[in-house]
Amino acid sequence: MKILVLISNVPDTTTKVKFGDGNKELDVSGVQWIINPWDELALTRALELKESSGGKIEKVSVITAGSKVVEPTLRKALAIGADDAIRVDVEARDAYEVSAALAEAVKDENFDLILAGIESSDYNNSAVGGMLSEFLSMPSISSVTSVEQEDEGFSVKREIEGGTEVLAINQPFVAIVQKGIAINPRIPSMRGIMMARKKPLVVKEVSAVGALTEFDHFELPAPKGKVTLVDADNAKELIRLLHEDAKVI
Amino acid sequence: MSVLIYAENVDGKFKKYAFEAVSYGASLAGKLGTDAIALSIGEVAEEELLSLGKYGAGKIISIADSRLDILENAAYTKVIAEVAGKVDVKVVVFASNNTGKALAPRVSVALHAGFVGNAMSLPLEVEPLMFKKMVFNGKAIGYIKLKSEKAVLTLARNSFGIHESPKDAAVETMEIALDDSLFAVKLKDRHKITGKILLTDAEVVVSGGRGMKSADNWGPLEEFAEVLGAATACSRPVSDEGWRPHEEHTGQTGKIIAPNVYFALGISGAVQHVAGVSGSKIIVAVNTDKEAPIFEVADYGIVGDVMKVLPQLIEAAKELKEG
Ligand SMILES: Cc1cc2nc3c(=O)[nH]c(=O)nc-3n(C[C@H](O)[C@H](O)[C@H](O)COP(=O)(O)OP(=O)(O)OC[C@H]3O[C@@H](n4cnc5c(N)ncnc54)[C@H](O)[C@@H]3O)c2cc1C
Repeated sequence: MKILVLISNVPDTTTKVKFGDGNKELDVSGVQWIINPWDELALTRALELKESSGGKIEKVSVITAGSKVVEPTLRKALAIGADDAIRVDVEARDAYEVSAALAEAVKDENFDLILAGIESSDYNNSAVGGMLSEFLSMPSISSVTSVEQEDEGFSVKREIEGGTEVLAINQPFVAIVQKGIAINPRIPSMRGIMMARKKPLVVKEVSAVGALTEFDHFELPAPKGKVTLVDADNAKELIRLLHEDAKVI
Repeated sequence: MSVLIYAENVDGKFKKYAFEAVSYGASLAGKLGTDAIALSIGEVAEEELLSLGKYGAGKIISIADSRLDILENAAYTKVIAEVAGKVDVKVVVFASNNTGKALAPRVSVALHAGFVGNAMSLPLEVEPLMFKKMVFNGKAIGYIKLKSEKAVLTLARNSFGIHESPKDAAVETMEIALDDSLFAVKLKDRHKITGKILLTDAEVVVSGGRGMKSADNWGPLEEFAEVLGAATACSRPVSDEGWRPHEEHTGQTGKIIAPNVYFALGISGAVQHVAGVSGSKIIVAVNTDKEAPIFEVADYGIVGDVMKVLPQLIEAAKELKEG
């Protein structure tokens, strides 16, 4: 069996967001790039599954779409423990274009399980995992909090509106995962970093399909007004303010 | 042309977020000069279906197929895409919840429609369509333009509200042929959360951080939440420590919520935490440290010890609720 983990290269979460070119794009100067936090949890779980499979899962691959600048992030995924990496060489302009490119790159690879993070912390779309599954005509399970190997397939726990479900599936599928799938992400070891240099990182070319959306411009939210402070000995006043002024309780 | 709104039911009933999606879809249809059509999948009584008319749906398409009792994304996508074709859809609207996030991206591929996740406004322009949405975990707002003829969007929770615009609605039942190959998952177990307000549904959320000091101190926080009819939440270290369940972890790597009011009790307000709650209408902070970053994003605050403040808040909330 083979597992594929989708990796999104995003600005570090503490980045101070600025825009350039007339607020038309992110100003990337000084930005630190990281693996999208949910993708890091997905990768962690993929490695755990492989290790506990008794050789049944042979390989964990990672993939991302983008230009050469995303390669350090893929190398980090290799350092964490992925066996090989694929970079799909397209300028990723929207989720549709990214998903189409990923689909074309992996359609003949027959992965048994594809893991995607539920959201990327840059454009907050929650889109690529679902789109990829539709492009590949594969089943998808979303809001997944646990994936276990079971018999010939997997047992998957997901959140639904109003509760949770445990599902069995024994054919290749896409799992769109959130917190719970793993609790703490793995971090690269010294040895992992050394080994990552020798692991394969393949670049694939695909035909461009074109984006279906584009950002016209960005803006920073209006600064918040000053906080209204209430005295700690008169906390009841807070409830009055929330009821009468803010009208939220 | 039409706007199609997927109205999800839970055990045969629509919840507030479905009414919000329909209200939004109806306003959007008004702006585009077209009709708003709601789509319901699963067994729902006629009277309940007609209740969507109150929020502006002129027609309600109902599809009941027992195989759809379980959310099988590929099969649902096929149903929604086929209906979209029949009603000559311009925009498909989903609520941004677990179900909407699971289906909307698939439907956008099936329809070759541009996708907007977590739209927070009606279109600011119609030709081409342009929507406003949060990006970078709430640190900025993006104005996203469609380049395709059709669009699929999820509507950020509590961003539009529920608006009545009653229509004389009619229900139309439809059948869509579904190949067995579209069904892959088998249900082993379903656990309904009852008697508890779901964090992602809640209008009031009371959340505790490391400043709560230990797992044993949650009694007053839970009592306060109960009096207010609120859901409980926590910061990441609190769930990592096992003081509270992981389902309560809010923030960039946990749940993203947008209640009317969010109480941050003993939470420092790290960017990763705020990323999950910045959509809240009002943020209230209680913290001993007046320099804590949470006060930069809070609307109301108390500088003080949460264990001393909570009993006063509970008492005042009780008085308020008892009228
Ligand atoms: C990649 C990444 C992702 C992350 N994702 C998340 C996430 O999703 N969610 C999240 O929450 N965090 C996340 N974090 C962690 C985040 O950076 C903070 O460490 C965390 O939010 C801090 O939690 P806290 O506010 O409960 O604890 P602390 O930062 O320790 O703050 C405790 C606060 O309580 C106050 N306090 C102490 N005693 C009292 C008292 N008696 N009464 C009142 N106040 C008191 C203190 O003044 C302090 O401000 C993430 C970090 C990283 C690097």
